Amino acid sequence: MGVVFAIVLVMVGVAVALALVRLLRGPTTLDRVVALDVIVVLTVVAAGVYVAYYRDGSNIPLLAAVALVGFVGSAAAARLTVRRERHR
Amino acid sequence: MNPVAAGPVADVVSAVLMLVGALSCLLGAIGLVRLPDLPTRLQAATKPQTLGLSLILLGTALRVELASAATLVLVVLFQVITAPVISQLVGRAAYRSGALPDDALVVDELAGHLPADALIGDESTDRDDDRDDRD
Repeated sequence: MGVVFAIVLVMVGVAVALALVRLLRGPTTLDRVVALDVIVVLTVVAAGVYVAYYRDGSNIPLLAAVALVGFVGSAAAARLTVRRERHR
Repeated sequence: MNPVAAGPVADVVSAVLMLVGALSCLLGAIGLVRLPDLPTRLQAATKPQTLGLSLILLGTALRVELASAATLVLVVLFQVITAPVISQLVGRAAYRSGALPDDALVVDELAGHLPADALIGDESTDRDDDRDDRD
């Protein structure tokens, strides 16, 4: 089982690295918003793998909280991006 | 503490679910880097990530007790509800700020449906002339 968790975590880590590439490259602010949203989802995934490995349910509210905050953050960023670019 | 499912079969099912989910997440991230413009990147950012999250949390739910598994199902449900909302908001924001290339849209159903001040942001972009010609 430990090998499976290692493989899963490596795959998720590579996915986060690729999303970081998109976050740095842009080219628009909205591309970066999308990349950050993906990184938040991958954070939830990694925390879920932690919960599965240790069979420890006490971290599960963390997953719900991160998912909620990620949604609010991405929605706000998308709205404010339009407003800023309109006034420029 | 009693897990939802115990035994070697449950372990194998959980491992397969988590591997497939991680593969889906990885493919989505590859698409996020390699696809050419914002709408296609949105596609790569929402659907594979939601599928990967669902599969991995399902694999996790098999290994924890029932109350925790119910919370995990709630997290998956929340992601399934919010991912299209984010996608819609970002796509609309891209359209309104003029960030989409003109050839990115096959069908443009939003043209003519936005209020007059919605395209003010286009005045600052170099695609302003194209937009006026289309109207």
